Amino acid sequence: MSEPTTRAANMAEAARALRQVSRAKPVEILFWLLALASFLFLPDQYLLLNEVAITGLFALSLDLVIGYGGIVSLGHAAFFGFGCYLAGLLTKFGVPDPLMGLAIAAVGTGVLGFVTSFLVLRGSDLTRIMVTISIAVLLGEIANRLPGLTGGADGLQGVAPGLLLGRFEFDIFGQVAYGYSLAVTFVLFLIARRFIFSPFGWSIRAVKQNALRTSSIGIHVNRRLVVAYTLAAAYAGVAGALLAQTTSFVSLDVLAFHRSADLLLILIIGGTGYLYGGLVGALLFKVIQDFLANLTPEYWEFWIGMLLVALVLIGRDRVTGLPAMLIGKFRRA
Amino acid sequence: MLTNLFDGVAYGMLLFVIACGLSVTLGLMNLINLAHGAFAMAGGYITVVLVNRMGVPFFAALPLAFVLSALLGLVMERTLYVHVYRKSHLEQVMFSIGLVFMAMPAVSFFLGSEQKFITVPAFLDTRYEVFGVSMGAYRLLIILVCGLLAAGLQFIVARTRFGSQLRAAVDDPMVARGLGIRVDAVFATTFAVGSGLAGLGGALGANLLGLDPTFPVKYMVYFLIVVAVGGSAGMTGPLVAAILLGIADVSGKYYLPQFGSFFIYALMIVVLLWRPQGLFARPGGR
Repeated sequence: MSEPTTRAANMAEAARALRQVSRAKPVEILFWLLALASFLFLPDQYLLLNEVAITGLFALSLDLVIGYGGIVSLGHAAFFGFGCYLAGLLTKFGVPDPLMGLAIAAVGTGVLGFVTSFLVLRGSDLTRIMVTISIAVLLGEIANRLPGLTGGADGLQGVAPGLLLGRFEFDIFGQVAYGYSLAVTFVLFLIARRFIFSPFGWSIRAVKQNALRTSSIGIHVNRRLVVAYTLAAAYAGVAGALLAQTTSFVSLDVLAFHRSADLLLILIIGGTGYLYGGLVGALLFKVIQDFLANLTPEYWEFWIGMLLVALVLIGRDRVTGLPAMLIGKFRRA
Repeated sequence: MLTNLFDGVAYGMLLFVIACGLSVTLGLMNLINLAHGAFAMAGGYITVVLVNRMGVPFFAALPLAFVLSALLGLVMERTLYVHVYRKSHLEQVMFSIGLVFMAMPAVSFFLGSEQKFITVPAFLDTRYEVFGVSMGAYRLLIILVCGLLAAGLQFIVARTRFGSQLRAAVDDPMVARGLGIRVDAVFATTFAVGSGLAGLGGALGANLLGLDPTFPVKYMVYFLIVVAVGGSAGMTGPLVAAILLGIADVSGKYYLPQFGSFFIYALMIVVLLWRPQGLFARPGGR
């Protein structure tokens, strides 16, 4: 066989393998069917589920940064909070349409992510942790010091989003809210999935595995990280905007450190680098948190901390690898 | 003006004593330990219990705070931390945040969630006027103790046999082991001493920094700044970084109260952009 034909055959083989990996698996379809079922059959849990969907989307965005980009961030709440305030303020200043607000929040947060991405490209993990924390703290300080605009410590009052699609009003039971959040999360998930399985997405994964080798085969490492970080920021902004619109309230808490830390925990519980980690983790975290808060309302954090320590000591792979292992079995079947 | 400078130096010295252990474990041993502030908190609360409840004299309680925090650090290192040295940074972050999450409710469960003050001897409340600078005796004590500690530490790390063993163990654990250095013991000792110093700093600074269960999170970033900005070239970097931070924070809050801690964080981002490895990076170091 001559050299060019072998190469063509190899490329065809690689393309086939990549298509194979990127095809939707039965488990994934089942996952989203279950999500749809939760909307149809759990009307008394809408408010809780709404929170889970939003947190899931938020965690998905952190997964893009950590699981795919390999950047340890402890300040992801910066983007969540920014999107939250942006969407909240938009409803107050003449843009009541929720989808419009969402789009503007996504673009605005994306710009913030793009600008700050250059700050996290340099330095070690420690430097990155410090810088990401600081950005979140800085935004928190700004929000706190501008009570005229953000309401300061009292929170942003009077957030009143308009009718969704011009027809549905946000009801107090959260039906519209949950449907809205779930739909947005689903759409953004599909986009993220498409992105991750695109050639560009594969190159980002290559960067995480070995930045030096990746750059030596001619892939611009920093450009990949900037794109991943910007996209993730926009996602977090959308998650924040959803929270502002569906709860009609924004408080300083959305920028707090514990939000970033909890998010990291959620992602760790769910597992990084397979896109569903954030969604699964958000659900598990909510269940665990509710359970513990009922048990010991004041000290539930202690048990969350213990869970974290145990997860690391026992080995994340052995605990959270279970669902991945099952998916792997499906993959082979 | 000079009074602010003085207060800033005292504050910075305090930050240095608390964070110097971290600068070794994090800066040199490459272990991301966000729970370092929890050891400082432990020292503070140990002193509160000793002085306020058991009536131990303040100056006797300080060494006890050091010893007990060091013991706590030693136990934690041998049982828990030893398993995470080789894990990824992400896992170290998770692990240490987990410890912080455990420490805060544990403290408020046993000792209450309100802010605690240590009853200090009356003569420490006096103020001296020297050349128009108003100096509190308590802050003077802090500067004195912390200055001595800083000098001692620099001497130990740079001049003693243990110091060179530590530097060797950090640079290349494998070769150090081959040379007969007991790397595990060196790391454990370092961790324990670092925790002890954090405890001592927490005890000294309880009344200045404000001691309540949120202490580890409240000051976490400050300790990290000392390490990240100071770099890992011995004790001088963290000391300079801590004093700069102390002065910047005190005068920032005094002259520009409307900006709060905004100034500090912005400054830190700029420094880290300018020198990602810190102000005093070790050539060839990590």
